Amino acid sequence: MQDVIRGKAYVLGNNIDTDQIIPAKHLVYSLSDPEESKKYGTYALSGLPDAVAGLPQGNIKFVPDGEYRSPYHILLAGKNFGCGSSREHAPAALQIAGVTAVVAESYARIFYRNAVDGGFLLPFESELPLVAETQTGDELEIAISAGELKNLTRATTHRLRPIGDVLEIVKAGGLFSYARASGMLKS
Amino acid sequence: MGMTMTEKILARHAKRQNAHAGDNIWVDVDILMTHDVCGPGTIGIFHKEFGPKAKVWDREKVVIIPDHYIFTDDQHAHRNIDLLRDFVKEQDLPYYYDVGTDKYKGVCHIALPEEGHTRPGEVLFGTDSHTCTAGAFGEFASGIGNTDAAFILGTGKLWVKVPQTMRFEFEGPLPPYLMAKDLILHIIGDIGVDGATYRAMEFAGDGVMSLSIEERMTLCNMVIEAGGKNGVIPTDAVTEEFVKSKTAKLYEPVSDDPDARFHSVRRYKTAEIEPTVAKPHSPDNKGTARESAGTKLDRAYIGSCTGGKLNDFLAAAKILKGQRVKADTYIVPATTEVARGLGTTMHDGETLLDIFQKAGAKVSQGASCAACLGGPSDTFGRLNRSEVCISTTNRNFPGRMGSKTAQVYLASPYTVAASAITGEITDPREFL
Ligand code: SF4
Repeated sequence: MQDVIRGKAYVLGNNIDTDQIIPAKHLVYSLSDPEESKKYGTYALSGLPDAVAGLPQGNIKFVPDGEYRSPYHILLAGKNFGCGSSREHAPAALQIAGVTAVVAESYARIFYRNAVDGGFLLPFESELPLVAETQTGDELEIAISAGELKNLTRATTHRLRPIGDVLEIVKAGGLFSYARASGMLKS
Repeated sequence: MGMTMTEKILARHAKRQNAHAGDNIWVDVDILMTHDVCGPGTIGIFHKEFGPKAKVWDREKVVIIPDHYIFTDDQHAHRNIDLLRDFVKEQDLPYYYDVGTDKYKGVCHIALPEEGHTRPGEVLFGTDSHTCTAGAFGEFASGIGNTDAAFILGTGKLWVKVPQTMRFEFEGPLPPYLMAKDLILHIIGDIGVDGATYRAMEFAGDGVMSLSIEERMTLCNMVIEAGGKNGVIPTDAVTEEFVKSKTAKLYEPVSDDPDARFHSVRRYKTAEIEPTVAKPHSPDNKGTARESAGTKLDRAYIGSCTGGKLNDFLAAAKILKGQRVKADTYIVPATTEVARGLGTTMHDGETLLDIFQKAGAKVSQGASCAACLGGPSDTFGRLNRSEVCISTTNRNFPGRMGSKTAQVYLASPYTVAASAITGEITDPREFL
């Protein structure tokens, strides 16, 4: 696991549910076919109402039309990120679009678990709400072992909560690698 | 220290004397359920991780129920059903409810109990967040993603962090205008859509224990809308009678120890609760039907794992009998068994189906999730524009039922039926 993650922020509010992350009508595509699964990148976060797509100004496309990679690699969100359905397509779609980490105030548990067990992205929690003081496009840097988030655009530093119970799974890169490394599964 | 029901079930499945909130343990799984949306991804990971020739850990414990994208021309959706079929064949799985056959069921959470797969004291995981519905049968039931499900397919095990339990007690039987949906919307409004994150929600008190098994399912179904990990209701004669009518398998019910520790206990008097709605765009945006009265509606929708059971349609029929609807009204039975019930169950001398048709409602020919989650654009009842809809389903986040400019109010079948007649949100007491 790399210790420093850098990327442009895409800022979201509270209760971003999995239908906004990847609308249900797109769930028909294959996740294992590398070509077909790019569609998940294309439609990642396409369920957001326009006014709240990329705070504070809104109306910012997460993925440019016709592409499947987003210029924003870190999501910064409020409370209860990823609530709603259990679809693993949600963290997968974000990963396919190029997201490497989410920093939210809190998560819905199935999304969090899927993100960690599937090794799709790193879900961090900020100690304080950061949505109001971050703008979509800000350059962010996460220092994992230091537990810090730096906003390079605004020259501010914020604390992240320790990863806690699932640290070993996160470090291993997902549930299967963890189970193999710990001898639970034969490789 | 005593244990809650949830702690006891998890301890037993980890072969431990004790398990308490906060413990991380590996549990043995009794049933793994998957469907057409998450099944193909789960199978893909299973083959990638365990090899192309791998066999599932126990073919008797895997249940596959296609239900989400069934009555559509979407070719990818059809391909996904084929992937399920191939896997069932390859693994020789006995519990598969295939589309286009007599075995086809419809919505998984209602099909599971109908087919005898929900039993007190067991551990059920499903690749669907509303798997928590089965807590109504006194078991631990929770939703998971594809990776966890693939892990279970290969090993029969999963790690679980034992949750704290929030206890909700309802005093007094339900007044004739209330349904379980009102109670759960009320709770979610109180604690918020993340009010039970990482926790179990246990429902008890004489108000809950006087509910039918279907109504208990409605309570547990929406635990996930408060962020809960599982919902659970103590096992009693009502549970046992239902379960024994569906399966001969043995099971071992559990109950709370007298000194069990709860995160919190909330007490409600059912007589003080009003017919409740969740306004757009969040299940915790609570109001009463009375406060929202007069809100103009384009559509009413009765269906889903929350509000598409026979009991829900019986409730709607009581109100719709002899009336005509003003809002476009869609009726979607959750399962084929419920669909048959519409034609055979009588209310006041008429079948439910006749009552709905005479009222001018559109009744779906097929049982499935339909527009509860929007689905492909040709889905029955899908909100394709900025409609305002009142629905017996469970979520009203932007875009859930189709268009992200649509507005969805969640309510009980009574309230939805009363509102369908007037074309605006209406307290059901006006018709009862
Ligand atoms: S009816 Fe709705 S909530 Fe229930 S399983 Fe189907 S899509 Fe999910």
